[in-house]
Amino acid sequence: MAKINVNGRTVTVDADGATPLLWVLRENLDLTGTKYGCGIAACGACTVHVNGAAVRSCALPLEAVAETDRIVTIEGLSRDGSHPVQRAWMDLDVPQCGYCQAGMIMAAAALLARTPRPTDADIDAEISNICRCGTYQRVRAGIHRAAGGKA
Amino acid sequence: MTTNPTRTINPTRRAFVTGSAAAAAGLVLGFTVPLGRGGGAALAGAGHTDEITAWVVVRPDETVIIRIARSEMGQGTLTGLAQLVAEELACDWSKVATEYVPPSRNLTRGGAWKSFQTTGSRGIRGSHDYVREGGAAAREMLIAAAARAWGVPAGECRADKGVITHGPSGKTTTFGKVCAAAAGLPVPDKVALKNPKDWTIAGKPLKRLDTADKLTGKQVYGIDVRLPGMLNAAIRQYPLFGARLRSFDAAKALAMPGVRKVVKVGDDAVAVVADTWWQAKTALEAVDVVWDEGPHGRIDGADIAAMVDEGLDAKDAFVGNKAGDAAGAIAASVKQVQATYSYPFQHHATMEPMNATALWTPERCEVWCPTQSAEDALAAAAFAAGLTPDRCEIHRMHLGGGFGRRGAGPIHDYVHQAVRIAREMPGTPVKLLWTREEDMTHGAYHPVTQCRLTAGIDDQGGITGLRVRISGQSILAGIMPGRLAGGMDPVVFQCLAPKGDHAIAYSFPNLLVDHAMRNPHLRPGFWRGVNANQNAIYLECFMDELAHAAGQDPLAFRLKYMKDHPKSRAVLQAVADKAGWGRPAAKGVHRGLAQCKAFASYVAACAEVSVSDGGVVKIHRIVAATDSGHAVNPQQIEAQVEGSFVYGLSAMLMGECTVKDGRVEQRNFDTYEVMRIKDMPRVETMVMPSGGFWGGVGEPTIAVAAPAVLNAIFAATGKRVRDFPLKHSGLRLA
Repeated sequence: MAKINVNGRTVTVDADGATPLLWVLRENLDLTGTKYGCGIAACGACTVHVNGAAVRSCALPLEAVAETDRIVTIEGLSRDGSHPVQRAWMDLDVPQCGYCQAGMIMAAAALLARTPRPTDADIDAEISNICRCGTYQRVRAGIHRAAGGKA
Repeated sequence: MTTNPTRTINPTRRAFVTGSAAAAAGLVLGFTVPLGRGGGAALAGAGHTDEITAWVVVRPDETVIIRIARSEMGQGTLTGLAQLVAEELACDWSKVATEYVPPSRNLTRGGAWKSFQTTGSRGIRGSHDYVREGGAAAREMLIAAAARAWGVPAGECRADKGVITHGPSGKTTTFGKVCAAAAGLPVPDKVALKNPKDWTIAGKPLKRLDTADKLTGKQVYGIDVRLPGMLNAAIRQYPLFGARLRSFDAAKALAMPGVRKVVKVGDDAVAVVADTWWQAKTALEAVDVVWDEGPHGRIDGADIAAMVDEGLDAKDAFVGNKAGDAAGAIAASVKQVQATYSYPFQHHATMEPMNATALWTPERCEVWCPTQSAEDALAAAAFAAGLTPDRCEIHRMHLGGGFGRRGAGPIHDYVHQAVRIAREMPGTPVKLLWTREEDMTHGAYHPVTQCRLTAGIDDQGGITGLRVRISGQSILAGIMPGRLAGGMDPVVFQCLAPKGDHAIAYSFPNLLVDHAMRNPHLRPGFWRGVNANQNAIYLECFMDELAHAAGQDPLAFRLKYMKDHPKSRAVLQAVADKAGWGRPAAKGVHRGLAQCKAFASYVAACAEVSVSDGGVVKIHRIVAATDSGHAVNPQQIEAQVEGSFVYGLSAMLMGECTVKDGRVEQRNFDTYEVMRIKDMPRVETMVMPSGGFWGGVGEPTIAVAAPAVLNAIFAATGKRVRDFPLKHSGLRLA
């Protein structure tokens, strides 16, 4: 049994300590918005926030998560889809298939929390999530829009 | 918001239309499966009395449900098809919801929704006429119902935004008020469709209908399906194509936490079924498997290359396009130019790995899965279930990427396997999910080919004859041999065909295009853009080579051979003009062009590229143009064009599946690299619908992505890259 804090609530999880946080979220807590893409932290589909930082949950074992760590998933980013990144994504119709977008949005939100007005170079350096539909142009525009720019 | 009517317990109509009830309840699909009462016949009748036509349901609360037969995998077909129906229906767009039609209902209703195939960029171009007719017929029926109630001629009434008005009296009513009466009227045989010039919903850059849930984690994909009592399965399949299972030892795995069963799946895979997928996957690693490697265990990439290379000079080949006497004209020319290109295996790499959830009993089988071809998924499920299709059902989920991997019937292996596993646990739903490694090594790969092009040049620099020999793999031979035509695979000749959706967009007096079929053991598949991808590289890069050999401008040189191809000329000229072709680019920046006709659309691109002394390639900007005849949603066409550059350039720059000991070597995204945001050029898209035809959108642009950039790289470096991916040529992205 482990206690972790997800989306503002402390929950008890019955899972082996080696289980990646991704699968704890998806299978033990029914938070399926966070996606499996590669299992080796290479694609970013599983990105969540741990203490505000973007973390690839597929490579983070449950035993490495402390009860005091604050985990936020796409379901907890906002109550009603009103986070600036979500609003910008809506305005620009960013998603195509949408599968990678939870991770993309979480990565973008973490970037903006640290760097409120990111440059294109900041985005290039910080956002490495894979989108096979190829939404990158709108993702970039969405980040600038969420930052208050005009894109 | 697309939902499936069999997914919710005793739903009110509204609840399953919005799908929000399940989503709001913590993302658990708390539904039961309507076993024993959800058969095709029942679905066709009960609960559908509000159907106006097969395509349109109107509810008394004014909600309009538009039925969708094709699958949404990101390409926007769901929204586009709804726009077409809504346009003719003249409903209020803000009241529109959509729902997938289950394939079994299509069977019991005599194919009322025709094809479910979501392949070949056909979603809209293959169904625009009959879906619009479905909307128009429903509008006529709603008007007729109102006119009958008023006792006035229907011809005096019209509909707009869901309101029916009787012109002479000014009386009004709404779709919702007359829907019950309209549902009882006969469907008119013939309806007139609107002139696209008068469209107000179709043709407009409307927002997608399926975005909101994709921003909050609420969208349920196949991988997210959760059924009461569901177990999870992980699978280990044949290590190489042709290998078979000899034996396995499951003792260790069976003792591990959560494990319920270890299952032999056919004769080439083992699956572990456990409470959670992570437990199943962990236990599967403890299963010792002995394989019969089969006949291909010693094949390396070099062997495949040699096999394909041999075909370049082979005597026998299937002729795909012939005009005049190419060989004679080339031989008689003052100058000959020849080049050989090669193109590797590619993997689809959908972000959502293959998965399916199956529930089997001796009487019935249901499957929840992503599929581009619901009728093929149904057939696969029925076959694996040992049941007739009318006892099976496919519940379609939005796809986390398709790109062709979830298309053709024979590659619904994941559906087949899920049902085979579920048969071992009657009455218990089981979700099968492949690891990324299983997905990467059990693909339906973009075929491997080489191409030798030979041209004769006259003393004016003109092309006297062109010879194009393709050697390599046939998709049809690999997975749909019944569709070969006298042994020939006509799909091989995309962008080089004499006529049709993939006609060559040049006229040469002497031309020969043929194909020496060489089929290695890897399973091929339709990969977004299919054979247009490499064929456009071959032709468009070689045209560039010929222009330079003739000392002529690549744009002017192309246009000389495009007099009979005005639509192709228009898109090519448009990108050249917008990019500033003929005027100097920024210092160090060079341009390249490409055009082709693919999936019945005319596309072109102009790329601006710089290459540093160290071989670092920077793609600054791409100007693209698409003439798809009609443009149902221009902003979604732009999205498809933008994405096509990512797909096409990922392949050209870094995509490659290599073979060693018969096995695909790449196992995950660390070795199968794809573009990321830092690699993304700025794409400027011109949507240029010229009317009069319907072309595809999701795939054509991929074909011009690579050659435009390659021609710009030549302009920058003087170096021709003819082997892909580009990383083999000492060039790389920053």
